[in-house]
Amino acid sequence: MNPIEVTGLRMRYGAREVLDDVTFHARPGEVLTLLGPNGAGKTTTIEILEGFRTRSAGAATVLGVDPARGDERWRARLGVVLQSWRDHGKWRVRELLAHLGGYYPAPIPPDELLALVGLTGQARDRLRTLSGGQRRRLDVAIGIVGRPEVLFLDEPTAGFDPAARREFHELVRRLATENRTTVLVTTHDLAEAERLADRIVILDGGRVVAEGTTGELTRRMAGRDEVRWTVGGERFRRSTDRSTPFVHDLFREHGDDVADLEVRRASLEDAYLALVRSS
Amino acid sequence: MSLRPGLVRGLIELRQAFTGAELLGNLFWPVATLVAVVWLGDATVLPGTLGMFVTFGMLLIAQNLGADREDGTLLRAKAIPDGVRGYLIGKIVTVSGTVLAYLLILFVPGRLIVGGLTVRWSIVAWLLPLGLVATQALGAVLGSLISSSRGAGLLSLPVLGLIAISGVFVPIAVFPGWLQGVAQVFPVYWLGEGMRAAMLPGGGRLAATAAVLGAWSIAGLALAPVLLRRMARRESGSRVAARRDRVLQRVG
Repeated sequence: MNPIEVTGLRMRYGAREVLDDVTFHARPGEVLTLLGPNGAGKTTTIEILEGFRTRSAGAATVLGVDPARGDERWRARLGVVLQSWRDHGKWRVRELLAHLGGYYPAPIPPDELLALVGLTGQARDRLRTLSGGQRRRLDVAIGIVGRPEVLFLDEPTAGFDPAARREFHELVRRLATENRTTVLVTTHDLAEAERLADRIVILDGGRVVAEGTTGELTRRMAGRDEVRWTVGGERFRRSTDRSTPFVHDLFREHGDDVADLEVRRASLEDAYLALVRSS
Repeated sequence: MSLRPGLVRGLIELRQAFTGAELLGNLFWPVATLVAVVWLGDATVLPGTLGMFVTFGMLLIAQNLGADREDGTLLRAKAIPDGVRGYLIGKIVTVSGTVLAYLLILFVPGRLIVGGLTVRWSIVAWLLPLGLVATQALGAVLGSLISSSRGAGLLSLPVLGLIAISGVFVPIAVFPGWLQGVAQVFPVYWLGEGMRAAMLPGGGRLAATAAVLGAWSIAGLALAPVLLRRMARRESGSRVAARRDRVLQRVG
């Protein structure tokens, strides 16, 4: 059985349907990204899987257990990083890691954890003095202190600068490959999903609208390239599946008269934006 | 599993409460009260103020629960195995420790300066634990019903009003009968009464003190776990985010 299995998941608040028949799974040691715009239902999905919210209908298991019935032993096998926390402001970084580790059977020692997330220099700082990026890395450190088999990350890099974001992505990839941790990440940032994920599930308006590896999604969704050029001052523009032979033909026909040539390759980003905008 | 981390947690937060900037805030009220007691020069006031500070444990618990829900501390505890139990054990340790520190700051110098108190420790030995349980269980009930730290802050107004009519600074006999009756329903009056019985000659209504505080303890201990569990169950990331947005709107 896969560490995360979701089948026909539904969530209703009164008349409003937040999740509509959501089905996906994550394999062991895989980084799975839930990608979608704000309000797509990503956080609701992840909160149901964390056992923080009760679903309206459908089935879900995390490590073989229904999250609605998970006990504290089950919880000890999970890591949870939620959206923006401001807790424990008066605590010192190392002190909090050591304390929270005390709830788990085999925690990662605090110093090892600090080195892993690059906070060794901040070990004695109070949490409220940390920058946004440091704070988030501490959240991740707390998420993995108990050596989780499944790690949930909800919008983990919101507010990161590009360098911090890259470091963070490397950390998550390392957890998945070295520790065989199954990671479920939500993001609204396609670039992040592409960089992090083994597989992407695109969620929009509470439905799964596409699913696959980055390559699969690009091939399936990205559509056609666009070629633009001018001949004798007149502008032309054409969409095509095969831009290279098209340009070859163009030159064979017009020779040196072809100017201002531009080929825009289809990108997953265009496809994603079109998909999300159309609904 | 959660007992030891809970105790450790309580001691760490207790240390935080009495170091740095927090120290000043925590010293202010007991020292100000001490000054008032000395200024009044009345030995009979001191026991009542000790009872009052035990009551503050109720406000501390309620305010902590409000603040910790707002900033996500409770949600963090929920994300950790046995974390909520550890959190609550820690809270009881921190608040009890803070109350005991208040009492020492008030009592040790106060007794020397004012004089005339003969402490019967055998009474204090049951009165103080019973008072801590009654007030903190009640504080947990109120804290789990109030959803914001602002709400918990407003809670201090009725409590201060209750203290005013509970015979701490002014004898209860100066108030009309119905108001005396109201005051005698709540723990504040009885904590003062118990402390006076333990420290002043002539004693007091100890049986009634034990009965009222005991009743509040039983009611609080029966309700608190149910309400705390409900409060913790409802906590989620989106709730914390929604609460934060509300706070930001208020500030902005």
